[in-house]
Amino acid sequence: MGKYVAKRFVSMVITLFLVATVTFFLMHAVPGQPFEISRETPESVKEALYAKYGLDRPLSEQYVIYMKNLLHGDFGVSMKYKSQTVLGKVTSGMPVSAVIGFGGVLAGCLIGACFGILAALKNKGITDYLVIILAILGVSIPNFVFGSLIQRYFAVEWKLFPIQGWKGAEYVILPVMAAAFTNVAYYARMLRTSMLDVMGQDYIYTAKSKGLNQNEIVGKHILRNSFLPLVTSLGPMCAGALTGNFVIEKIFNVPGIGQSMISSIQNSDYTMIMGLTIIFAFISVICYFLVDIIYGIVDPRIRIAG
Amino acid sequence: MDEKLNVKDIDLRNLDDTLFEKDDSAYADADKLNRPSVTYWSDAWRRFRGNKVAMVSAVILVLVIFMAVFQPMASPYTYDEQDLFAINQGPSSEHWFGTDELGRDIFVRCWEGARVSLLIAFVVAVLNGTIGILYGGIAGYFGGLADNVMMRFCELIASIPQMLWVVLLILIMRPGIFPIIIAIAATGWIGTARLFRGQVFSLKESEFVMASRTMGAGSIWIILKHLLPNAMSPIIISMANVIPGAIFSEAFLSYIGLGVPLPTASWGILASDGANKLLSYPYQLFFPSLLICITMLCFNLMGDGLRDALDPRMRQ
Repeated sequence: MGKYVAKRFVSMVITLFLVATVTFFLMHAVPGQPFEISRETPESVKEALYAKYGLDRPLSEQYVIYMKNLLHGDFGVSMKYKSQTVLGKVTSGMPVSAVIGFGGVLAGCLIGACFGILAALKNKGITDYLVIILAILGVSIPNFVFGSLIQRYFAVEWKLFPIQGWKGAEYVILPVMAAAFTNVAYYARMLRTSMLDVMGQDYIYTAKSKGLNQNEIVGKHILRNSFLPLVTSLGPMCAGALTGNFVIEKIFNVPGIGQSMISSIQNSDYTMIMGLTIIFAFISVICYFLVDIIYGIVDPRIRIAG
Repeated sequence: MDEKLNVKDIDLRNLDDTLFEKDDSAYADADKLNRPSVTYWSDAWRRFRGNKVAMVSAVILVLVIFMAVFQPMASPYTYDEQDLFAINQGPSSEHWFGTDELGRDIFVRCWEGARVSLLIAFVVAVLNGTIGILYGGIAGYFGGLADNVMMRFCELIASIPQMLWVVLLILIMRPGIFPIIIAIAATGWIGTARLFRGQVFSLKESEFVMASRTMGAGSIWIILKHLLPNAMSPIIISMANVIPGAIFSEAFLSYIGLGVPLPTASWGILASDGANKLLSYPYQLFFPSLLICITMLCFNLMGDGLRDALDPRMRQ
């Protein structure tokens, strides 16, 4: 086990390093100058600005400085707003994004799993068709359309929840609902397929023929076995949970990291984009690392193979 | 044996061969095929045709493509023609889907948007398929060190959410139809490559590949002639998912302000403009999103139909 963890850890560190390098050079390939202001700027001011951000040095030197800073946990500062650092944005936005992201995955997984189970047990019935329709709608509607719709109906027309913002528990519900929507569809479909698959297996016939009743078969044999693909998919899901809700955060004006990313893209705040991209990448790489470790604990075969 | 034989004339002890005739009638057309032989593809086509939902989806998709190609040519309006005396009008007989804040006809903009979005989606699908098959084929076929290095590279790219790559690449290339295609395809082929590599891995040990190699076939021949056709069905199924995915990506990019430049219309641009005006002019979101949803729905349903038709084991 120790060897497996060490191996995964080394590979994670290499990935982090490569990702940071690639991001750095991609961002420096973005055309245009960082301080393009529409009005006339004196040369001396420009030079001072360049010197301040270290942009007057050769690229290789900037790269070394940037990497050193990363090692010290300094992901850079905003180019547009003084006193805003990437790390500050992330530490303030992360908890909010985590609530929406994990809330969306959790709610989507639970509701979707229930729908999937119902559909599989009532295979070819009305419930089944309703769930199939829901599952296909879930992957056919862009999330900003769905988000805007629930915002209009639940907040504006029926006034059940606040329209936007982040000031208390009731502000959480709509964004989580929007984030859960696709997940509900995904998990309903997945669980339905895997349940039907398990229900056709020989050991289910065995269980039936030895006289177990329906509830026991479902509870003891079918459910346990059909949850396996769900467990394996949770890893990538969680890696995406923190970084996958840009649009929803923007619609509901939630101060998460996705919202910061969108506004820095719209403001062409390049240092911020670079810092946030690297943080996003780090989050997902670390998530995959943790997931690999958990799989290693759960399933010994992976340890030996990997 | 024209003359009638009298049984009494036959000497049963010494039967002559001339008395017997060989009856081949039972074996005469043993090799004849009574029905046309059913190839894998015609069998799949038969199954697909029998699937009403998938057929209806396919027909709707053909209609959407037809409208996207011809409606902007036939319409009295153009997608960028402004009419400041007719801004934000609701649907009417003149403007079927109404007009936007610059008085542009939304009906023609929707189909112009369909052109852009579908063009992006199809080109991305073709690029993904081609690069993915070449990359995955080489990695899977040669295996060993090449495979290890190539798959590590894929892992590296896939360890970051695809959207981040797309955003970075678009920032470098500046928004536009071509940059969007490149940015989405640049990392999108990983999935296809992994899929095809897996297929090649299991297929290359099969007997027909060995037979082909024994007869002196080269690697390229084996990959293209034997491995590709046999791995085609999972690739087609995944392509049917790549297209809706690309439409979604384009919509996402438009929403965060990295879509095609104005005044070009795309479904993403129309929907995100509409989403901003949902409270005052809901029809401006309704029509573009309806089109997006119908198209996505049809692609997804057709994808399911294709999967059932091409891979009957997957049918539930």
